[in-house]
Amino acid sequence: MQGLFSLIPLIIVFPFAGMLINVFFGRRLMPRSDSAAPGVIASLMAALAFVIAVLMFVGLLGQPQGAEVPLLTWFRLQAGDFTLAVPWTIKVDTLSSVMMLVVTGVGTLIHIYAIGYMQGDIDEQAAKRGLSPEEAYDLKRRRFPRFFAFLNLFLGSMLILVTANNYLMMFVGWELVGLCSYLLIGFWFDDPVAGITNSAAGKKAFIVNRVGDFGMLLAIMLIFWTFGTLTFDDVFARAECMQTAPQAECLTLSASGPHGEAVEGEHAAEGEGEPLSLSTPIAFGPLSVPLGTVVTIITLCLLLGATGKSAQIPLFVWLPDAMAGPTPVSALIHAATMVTAGIYMITRSNVLYAMAPVSGTVVALVGAATAFVAATIAVAQFDIKRVLAYSTISQLGFMVAAAGLGAYAAAIFHLATHAFFKALLFLSAGSVIHGMEHGHHATAHHGHGRHQDSHALDPQDMRNMGGLSKKMPLTTIVYIVGALALAGIPPLAGFWSKDEILLDASRENTAAYILLTAAAFFTAFYMGRQIFMVFFGKARTEAAAHAAESPAVMTTPLIVLAVLSAIGGVMNLPFEGFHHLGYWLAYSVVNIHIPAAGESFSLTVAGISTVLALAAIFLSFLLYGRKPLEEGQPDPLRTTGPVFTFLNRKWYWDELYAAVFVQPYTRMGDFLAATVDWHFWHDFVHDNILTAAFKGWAAILSKPIDMGVVDGAVNGIGSLISGSSNRLRRTQTGYVRNYALAVALGVVVILIYLAIRLLL
Amino acid sequence: MNETAFLVPTSYYVILSAVLFALGMVGVLVRRNAILVFMSVELMLNSANLAFVAFARAFQDLGGQVFVFFVMTVAAAEVAVGLALIVAIFRTKRSIDIDELREMEG
Repeated sequence: MQGLFSLIPLIIVFPFAGMLINVFFGRRLMPRSDSAAPGVIASLMAALAFVIAVLMFVGLLGQPQGAEVPLLTWFRLQAGDFTLAVPWTIKVDTLSSVMMLVVTGVGTLIHIYAIGYMQGDIDEQAAKRGLSPEEAYDLKRRRFPRFFAFLNLFLGSMLILVTANNYLMMFVGWELVGLCSYLLIGFWFDDPVAGITNSAAGKKAFIVNRVGDFGMLLAIMLIFWTFGTLTFDDVFARAECMQTAPQAECLTLSASGPHGEAVEGEHAAEGEGEPLSLSTPIAFGPLSVPLGTVVTIITLCLLLGATGKSAQIPLFVWLPDAMAGPTPVSALIHAATMVTAGIYMITRSNVLYAMAPVSGTVVALVGAATAFVAATIAVAQFDIKRVLAYSTISQLGFMVAAAGLGAYAAAIFHLATHAFFKALLFLSAGSVIHGMEHGHHATAHHGHGRHQDSHALDPQDMRNMGGLSKKMPLTTIVYIVGALALAGIPPLAGFWSKDEILLDASRENTAAYILLTAAAFFTAFYMGRQIFMVFFGKARTEAAAHAAESPAVMTTPLIVLAVLSAIGGVMNLPFEGFHHLGYWLAYSVVNIHIPAAGESFSLTVAGISTVLALAAIFLSFLLYGRKPLEEGQPDPLRTTGPVFTFLNRKWYWDELYAAVFVQPYTRMGDFLAATVDWHFWHDFVHDNILTAAFKGWAAILSKPIDMGVVDGAVNGIGSLISGSSNRLRRTQTGYVRNYALAVALGVVVILIYLAIRLLL
Repeated sequence: MNETAFLVPTSYYVILSAVLFALGMVGVLVRRNAILVFMSVELMLNSANLAFVAFARAFQDLGGQVFVFFVMTVAAAEVAVGLALIVAIFRTKRSIDIDELREMEG
């Protein structure tokens, strides 16, 4: 088994190798405009990563406690007797294997889908810009490999995140996926119409994520300060130790066995002789803070990080804007994988959350509130991708709430099923948009035959769609499957996972349960609304009337995902003996809660949620299905007036942030730039004070010192010499007699001297 | 050695030698004619000769008189060279007034 685990570094090597190939050889791999080699290579690398993930799964079947495969030591700091060693070690355990399988599996399908989608998208861009065939080919040669390089980079980064064995390495992956998100959202930064919007959306994602990362970093620093290490297993071992022993004793505890394999986690609560205490003092310089408080602060900071990455209140505002990126990006990053990083992190830190029940409640309420708010917003959106974006935020709220309630199995279960059906929905939406653009071009060519003025139509606006079931039957079917799974209709996968969350909520936190149930109701409603508006009724525009089904390279992944959405529930059925995912995760997630027989399925809760979902779908049928919307007819919900506007304007959340944060910040920036930097610093200080001082100093140096003293000294010596030589010259009379007189006088002097000496 | 008494005391000769020397020195310093300057130099040399001889007689030592021969030889050589110089100067300047030999002035 150890041999299999040593293959794990490949799971990171393959995506990065794919990225490097596309970066350096991408253009050469595209001899023709419609060649798909970069995409095939990228998908191949993703598929190979999936194969490795499967091999890891197989390996773990025999050794479920997992293993750690060290790669290298990133850095090692030593100060006195305090050491911080951060290795890059890959942790293969049941939790990371689930994440790896989801990420690589769904990722591979999306890579394959993107081959067809991006070909069409680049063609669309070329048409929008009115490029000649050579320019269009050049655009494709540059952008097609670039997209797949970014996708592979993202896959590798996400795998670094989920396979890290310490918080700092996870943070490396965390930041890298944030970077990839930025790069991919702003992929069409030079779109002639929406270029600025795209890059602004990318910037927004990055900046909002940064706020969350601030919380993450605070948590990491606190963890290091409290526990003296960043490795997951060591942190948790020391955390458990500190509940029974003073801090200093626990700081050298390590959780790994002699061969680097993980030691089986022990449940701290059972069978311990000593009582557990959360009041062990932790030293912070002169302060001493109880362990419970410290862990609460740590977990709340981790929650802040999770809200940034997983788009919860208050940092969810980036995800709807992120729909500016191409649809495969929305599917992969913003539905299936990156946004789940926060939930993964909370699940990984379950030991810490178990020690801080307050944080758990906060997490659950944040998740439930987000689920509710996002679901209500989704009801009033018209852009097909925006509906799905808010749906994602809402479902992430479900997962976060589950994690906060301690229902980690339910959270990961929902993570996996959500990846299936949300990716399916996004990819199908991409297929719909693709078809709409195709139809638009067909009609535009019939009409004018020119490219430039043909894009007044928004292919993503649901009000321009309608009746697409006749034109795109396959897409319709898979979309309905995905929508029903999302709405939680049994026996599709979404029902089982959502129901488990609702069951746990009903037992642990009533407020959360109510919010989540309401969110589930709205979820079913807006999905029904979307399906009736898009696929049924009459086509409301020419484009919709001429839409076409997407090619096989795009529809095949859809079918696979539809199947997974349908049968994915078998992973963790709430019946005795069927909690496969729960049992699997129990090896890694110490505080996982496998319900006992009989209490794992409540007909009441399941019944209520199913009835509500069906009622919501029926309501949407009444509003949108029975009398399908006509062209130009306003949405029936507009009769609620300001309520609809409030929901449509996203509860004015962005406006609030703009007023509270963005505008003051911009004004401060303008002030600092124009007034402080330019007027004060440059004009006043620099031009007046510094220049005047310089000029004054130069004046002093030049006139009195240089010309007066230095010149005076040098010239003085010269004049001294010439003056003295003038005077001395007078002795050179040229008269021999004068010289003879001088000799005579000298002789006289000597004689006098000698005479005096003789006489005295 | 003993100085024998003479009718004319040795000091008279020395004083005469000093006077002659002084006259010769004044002549060198004052005269403008180059030949006259040479004559004064000869006078100085002869005064020295007189002093030598006087003391040779006083101390009965012939060394003084021998030295006079040396001095006379040197004086003769010097005059020869000096007069040759004067002739050369006269050929260029047509005058032997030493006040006119001022090219090295300044």
